[in-house]
Amino acid sequence: MILTATQTINDRLRHFPTWPVYLVGALPPVWLFYLGVTGGLGVEPIKALEHRLGELALQLLIATLAVTPLRRFTGITLIKFRRALGLIAFYYITCHLLVWLFLDVQLWSQIWADIVKRPYITIGMAAFVLLIPVALTSNNWSIRRLGAPKWRRLHQLSYAAVVLGAVHFVMLTKTWEMEPALYLLGVVGLLALRLPKRRA
Amino acid sequence: MAGRYRSDLKWSDVTAKADYVNRRQLMMGAGAMAIGGALAGRAQAQDDLVPNTWEEITSYNNFYEMGTGKDDPKRNASLLTTDPWSIKIDGMVDRPGTYDLGDILRGKSIEERIYRLRCVEAWSMVVPWNGFELKDLLDQVGVQPSAKYVSFETLVRPSELPGQRRNTIDWPYREGLRLDEAMHPLTLMATGLYGEDMPNQNGAPIRLVVPWKYGFKSIKSIVRISLTDKQPANSWNMLLPNEYGFYSNVNPEVDHPRWSQATERRIGGGLFAKKIPTLMFNGYANEVASMYAGMDLRKYY
Ligand code: HEM
Repeated sequence: MILTATQTINDRLRHFPTWPVYLVGALPPVWLFYLGVTGGLGVEPIKALEHRLGELALQLLIATLAVTPLRRFTGITLIKFRRALGLIAFYYITCHLLVWLFLDVQLWSQIWADIVKRPYITIGMAAFVLLIPVALTSNNWSIRRLGAPKWRRLHQLSYAAVVLGAVHFVMLTKTWEMEPALYLLGVVGLLALRLPKRRA
Repeated sequence: MAGRYRSDLKWSDVTAKADYVNRRQLMMGAGAMAIGGALAGRAQAQDDLVPNTWEEITSYNNFYEMGTGKDDPKRNASLLTTDPWSIKIDGMVDRPGTYDLGDILRGKSIEERIYRLRCVEAWSMVVPWNGFELKDLLDQVGVQPSAKYVSFETLVRPSELPGQRRNTIDWPYREGLRLDEAMHPLTLMATGLYGEDMPNQNGAPIRLVVPWKYGFKSIKSIVRISLTDKQPANSWNMLLPNEYGFYSNVNPEVDHPRWSQATERRIGGGLFAKKIPTLMFNGYANEVASMYAGMDLRKYY
C-alpha cells in the first residue's frame, strides 16, 4: 500500500502520546517566572511577564482554533492534541490573570474598579469567564455526561472568548499597531472558515 | 542664572560615580538621603529620591520615533546622529534664528537635578539630569510681551528614526507649555544624565524636563521652539484628546480613562515591586500648585 505524505504524518501523530504536549506546555510560565525573578525580563519584569503570558495564551488559542481548518485543507489531523492545546491556553490565561491580580494591580479596591471601569480589562475578564466552563468540561466524562451536541454547543463559547481576547489586545495599545490587528484578523479568518457554506 | 531651584540632593553626593550603576550601593546611600531630605515638599508620603540606575534609565523608554516597544529606543538609538545640531527658535521673540547647540549652551551653567519622572502609564523613575533652566534660553532670545505659550518640536528624520516610517503619530512630535510653566525654575533643558552626555534614547542631544507633568510632556531631541499667543497643539492630545490633555499635570485624583493614576510602580523594584502612591504634581506641589490656583484640574487634565 502506498501512503501519501498526509497519511504518513497522521500515522506518526497517532502514535505520538499527548502527555509530552502537556509537559512542554506547562513549562513556559514557570521559566518566564524564573526569568522575571532573576532579572532576565528586563527592568520592568511585571509588565514583561504579563505581556508574554497574554501573547502565548492568544497564540495557543489561535492554534487550537486552527486544528479543524488544518484538517479540512491539508488532511493533517491534530484533533488528538486539540484538548491539550486548549487547556494549556487556559492555564496561560490563568497565569496572566494571576500576574495582573497579585503582581500588577495588587490593590483589591483597584482590581474591582478596573474590571468594571476599564473596557479592555472588562473584555479580557469576559473572555476568561467564558472559558471557565469550556475548560472544566474538557474531559471525556463531560462529553458523555452532556452528550455530544450539547457539549459542542457549550464549547462554541470558546469562539467568542478568542475574539474577545484578540479585541482586548487591540484595545490596550496607545496607537494603532500592526501586531494586535494581525492577531484579530487571524482569529476572525479562522472563525469565518467555520461559517456554514451557503447552498448555491 | 543657575541656582534658582535647589535640588534636594545631587547624585554625586549620594554615591561615587563609579558606583552609580550598582543599585545596592545606591540603596545604601538612601539613608544619607533621608537625613538630607528635610526640604520643602519632602514631607509627603513618598519616600526617597534614590536615582534609578543608568541601565534602567536607558533601557526602558517611550520614544515612539525609535519604536513603540519599551526596548526599541535602546536598540535603535545608535542610528541617530546628533552632531551637528541646531534649534530653530521663532515666533514672538526678539532674536529669532537657527541656533547651533554650541550657541545655546554658551554661558549656561549646567546643573544636576534629581527629579522624579512619572509616566502617564503609571510607572516612574528617579533621574539625575544635567541641564539648564529653559528660562535662561528664553531670556537669551528675548520673549516678546505678547507671547503666552511655548511650543516644541522633535526632529523628523525617518532615515535615522525608524519609528517615523510609520504614521503612529502625525510627525513631528509636538509639545507645549504655558509661558509661566516654561519660565518656572523647575523646567529644565536637559543635556545629560549622570554627568554623561544625553543618551540618544533619552532624547539627545537636548530635551525638555518638566517634572510635575506626565513624562510625554518632556519632549525629546528638540529642533524647534516657538513662542505664540495661542495654546499649541501637543501630539498625544491630537491623537487621543479624551485621554491626554494639554496640561497633563501629574494628578492621583484624575484617572486616565484606561487606568488609575492613584498609584505608580517605581522601575527597579523587580517582579515583586510594591505600588507606591502617586503624589500631587508628582511631589512638586509646593513649587508649582500656585500656577493652577482656581483651575478645575479635572477639566484641564
Ligand atoms: C482570553 C483571555 C485573554 C487573552 C487572550 C489575553 C491576551 C493578552 C495579550 C496578547 C496581551 C498583550 C501582550 C503584549 O502586549 O505583548 C495582554 C495584555 C494584558 N492583559 Fe490580557 N488576555 C486575556 C485575559 C486577560 C484578563 C482576564 C486580564 C485581567 C483581568 C487581562 C489583563 C491584561 C493586562 C493588564 C494586560 C497589559 C496591559 C498593559 O500593557 O498595561 N487579560 N493580554
